[in-house]
Amino acid sequence: MGKRILIVDDEPNIVTSLEYLMKREGYEVQIAVDGEAGLKAAAGGAPDLILLDIMLPKMNGFEVCERLRGDPRCRGVKIVMLTAKGRQADTARGMAAGADLYVTKPFSTRELVAQVKQMLG
Amino acid sequence: MLQGWVILLVAFAYLGVLFAVAYYGDKRAEARRSIIANPYIYALSLAVYCSTWTFYGSVGRAASTGIGFLPIYLGPTLTAALWWFAMRKIIRISKAYRITSIADFIANRYGKSQLLAGLVTVIAVLGVVPYISLQLKAISGSFTILSNYPNVVMPSQAVAQSFANNTALYLALMLAAFTILFGTRHLDATERHEGMVAAIAFESVVKLLAFLVVGAFVTFGVYRGFGDIFRLAQQEPSLRPLMTVPDTSGNYTSWGFLILLSMLSIFALPRQFQIAVVENVDEDHLRKATWLFPLYLLLINVFVLPIALGGLMVFGPGVDADTFVLTLPMAHQKEAIAAFAFVGGLSAGTGMVIVETIALSTMVCNDLVMPVLLRWKSLRLNERADLSRLLLLIRRCAITGILMLGYIHFRAAGEAYALVATGLISFAAVAQFAPAMFGSLYWRGGTHAGAIAGLSGGFAVWAYTLLLPSFAKSGWLPETFITAGPLGISLLKPQELFGLTGMDEISHCLFWSLLANVGLLVGVSLLGRQNANETEQATLFVDVFRRTPALERSAFWRASASVADLLPLIGRFLGPDRARESFLAYARRRGMASLDDLSADRDLVAFAENQLAGAIGGASARVMIASVVQQQAPGIDEVMNILDEASQVRAYSRQLEQKSKQLEEATSELRAANKALQELDRMKDDFVSTVTHELRTPLTSIRAFSEILLDDPEIRLPDRKRFLATIVKETQRLTRLINQVLELAKIESGSAEWHTTELDVKDVIRESVETTSQLFRESRIGIFTAFDGEVLPRVTADRDRLMQVLINLLSNAVNVCRPGEGRVEIRLGISRNFLRVDVRDNGPGIAAGDHEKVFEKFRQVGDTLTGKPRGTGLGLPISRRIIEHFGGRLWVESDLGEGATFSFTLPLPRPPADSDVTVAQAAG
Repeated sequence: MGKRILIVDDEPNIVTSLEYLMKREGYEVQIAVDGEAGLKAAAGGAPDLILLDIMLPKMNGFEVCERLRGDPRCRGVKIVMLTAKGRQADTARGMAAGADLYVTKPFSTRELVAQVKQMLG
Repeated sequence: MLQGWVILLVAFAYLGVLFAVAYYGDKRAEARRSIIANPYIYALSLAVYCSTWTFYGSVGRAASTGIGFLPIYLGPTLTAALWWFAMRKIIRISKAYRITSIADFIANRYGKSQLLAGLVTVIAVLGVVPYISLQLKAISGSFTILSNYPNVVMPSQAVAQSFANNTALYLALMLAAFTILFGTRHLDATERHEGMVAAIAFESVVKLLAFLVVGAFVTFGVYRGFGDIFRLAQQEPSLRPLMTVPDTSGNYTSWGFLILLSMLSIFALPRQFQIAVVENVDEDHLRKATWLFPLYLLLINVFVLPIALGGLMVFGPGVDADTFVLTLPMAHQKEAIAAFAFVGGLSAGTGMVIVETIALSTMVCNDLVMPVLLRWKSLRLNERADLSRLLLLIRRCAITGILMLGYIHFRAAGEAYALVATGLISFAAVAQFAPAMFGSLYWRGGTHAGAIAGLSGGFAVWAYTLLLPSFAKSGWLPETFITAGPLGISLLKPQELFGLTGMDEISHCLFWSLLANVGLLVGVSLLGRQNANETEQATLFVDVFRRTPALERSAFWRASASVADLLPLIGRFLGPDRARESFLAYARRRGMASLDDLSADRDLVAFAENQLAGAIGGASARVMIASVVQQQAPGIDEVMNILDEASQVRAYSRQLEQKSKQLEEATSELRAANKALQELDRMKDDFVSTVTHELRTPLTSIRAFSEILLDDPEIRLPDRKRFLATIVKETQRLTRLINQVLELAKIESGSAEWHTTELDVKDVIRESVETTSQLFRESRIGIFTAFDGEVLPRVTADRDRLMQVLINLLSNAVNVCRPGEGRVEIRLGISRNFLRVDVRDNGPGIAAGDHEKVFEKFRQVGDTLTGKPRGTGLGLPISRRIIEHFGGRLWVESDLGEGATFSFTLPLPRPPADSDVTVAQAAG
């Protein structure tokens, strides 16, 4: 298998929990703590799926998502946006930016894992 | 040799010239290049006042009373000074309301009364007839005298007595024809006759020149200047009294009354009204006329006394002094001068007759005949398409009729009176108009009934004291009527009424008639009540300068009528073409292209009435218009309502304006408030969204780790411990966040509780340091306080909250410092008014651009992955609000890489005034 997942979030405890969850399912995990680092890691590490927070230092999740969708190397990557922002407008914007899934924090770990599995087929 | 035919030729030639001038004037007027539109022509035309009475009569008067001829000229001279006020007002009123005669004027003021207009007309005609007869007498007399050249023969003694009479008849007929040509060639709504005015101005020049030539001839040709004449006359005992004023009270009374009489006449004579008011083109012309006209009077009077004295010395009693102007040149065989004098006299007479009869014919037609004809239903005048021809016919008949009346008067009373005496009778008659006229200018209270009573009373007294005696003197009534009174009742002797003696007949008549006139006008007016129409007109007249006539007038017309109704009506009187033209002009003034665009409003009705008023007089016009618009004259209540309504509307609109201004202000305030609210709402929305975000973040960790722990009991112990510790920390973070959000909300809404006491800041600092000592120890960061033993003034603050601020600053300092290397220092400073606390760290520092941002809510600056529990992002905003609540300031000073110093100040209590007192005592 060896599917790779990139986690981009600036909240250490959330990163820890996501890392644990994904590794438990057998994925390779890469971590970035701000938008720019996330973009770089995505280009360099060729992940299959990205768990992307929105409120990030340096570059927000929407922009990261848009740039990834504009980059031919990353066109196939699945993007799951994770956000503590619950407003409908934010959801809409996330989907418009090209995300495959929009998950609101706090999320059910079971559901998230299930959805990631499904997306990576 | 001056044959009859030569004189006739001269006379016709002169009249021909006059007509040419008039024709030219009319042509220029049609071409809109008026020759009379200047003040000099206006002033000259006013000199129509000087008729043959002046030309021949003044000398006659001077021959019997010396300077007794003067009052008739002093009156107008004195009044001229008042023209700018009174005459200008009359002109303004007349222009505004299309008034075309004095009858129209008076009737208009007292409620547009046809009865009053008719009465004024009758009085004017009866009063003026003697005046016209005196012109006929003077001119025909001068013709007879001149035709006997070189013999000086008085007309009364002329062989061909009947011929003289026939001369007067021919003259009257000729003048009638001439006047008809001048005045009634067409009908104009304004009743203005530019050509006639031009001719009158011309004839004024001619008669003045003629008189001056004769005067100069007598003074310098026959004698050797003024001094010579007066010296010679002084030697004749019979002439001496003529050069002084007889020192009797009766004489002064007489002077006073004659001056008053002429003052009134200059306003009230129909021909003066015609020239001064109706024919006026520009009220500004009055300015020049006020001195030009008196100057003219002065010039034409300069030679009166020399001619009179010269005539008396040359002829003795055999020659009528009224003829000296003509007979003196004849006696010295100066044919040319005599002929010129004749032309001058002819000029003066024709001028007067033309203007007077035109004015009177307008009145007779508009105010006497038309009202009657229009009421005469069987004539069906209302259905006639074009009445303008009828109107002209009536006027022509009136002109002829009036001149015939003059002729009859001349035949009946001709020789009994001198020229001036005849003229004065007329003056006294028209003076009866003065009270009603001046009353209409300045007194609102006059009523229709009052005006009728005053006029009738004054006229009756005039007839009794002046007209009937003149009949008696002419032999129509028994002489005893004057000498013994009617039926022998001496109290009723017409010239010594109620025993009033010591006055000449004119003064006597004027005294009684004006007394009766004014008394009745005022008395009846005060006793009676004005109807709505009279009130309306009184206001329009008295306040004419304060109003915009067209608007105000229309305000009173509540009815409306369409062009289709009005145009044919006006067309019937003015002629269809002329009416159509004036309606078109009206439409264009209102910016409309055709008649169809005209709206049927009150303005249009008022305009139509104005047009009609010019042709048939105001009173008839109102009746005619009313017949079309089917509108009843408004009652007093209605007018009151209208006035009331108008003032209410004005007040209301003022209020409305005020309110709308207030509304505008309120709207803009509301708009600003709404904008502020929207901003607040947006901020609140953002705040809530941010708070939500901040709450969800720890919740996410808590839930994730809890689920991991729950799902997987096999987790290794160190992981399990780590996860549980995270859950605890995040729970604490959540609690802190919630507390801080609530606290911030309380402080911001002003509902926070404050327990302020006087405290020593050092104590609070020590306590805070103690509380955070664990933090410092864990991070191996040093904490130093740079104060000890100093005695500080106490400050007023809430102890717990102040501590909260200090703990927040200290925790932030610990958070930014690198463990093991960190150093935090607290310093105290004191200035005159403030105590200052600095918390200095040696962390990474804050960029200058972020100095204010750190105090914004949820704004965290700097590296976030330090492994330390993150702040809530509310600590500094809350701290700043607390310090500001105490009256101090919280800020940061820092450079990147140089650490940061957070400082706050607290106000010190005001120092006691002890020091001031000491200084004061030392100085004392």
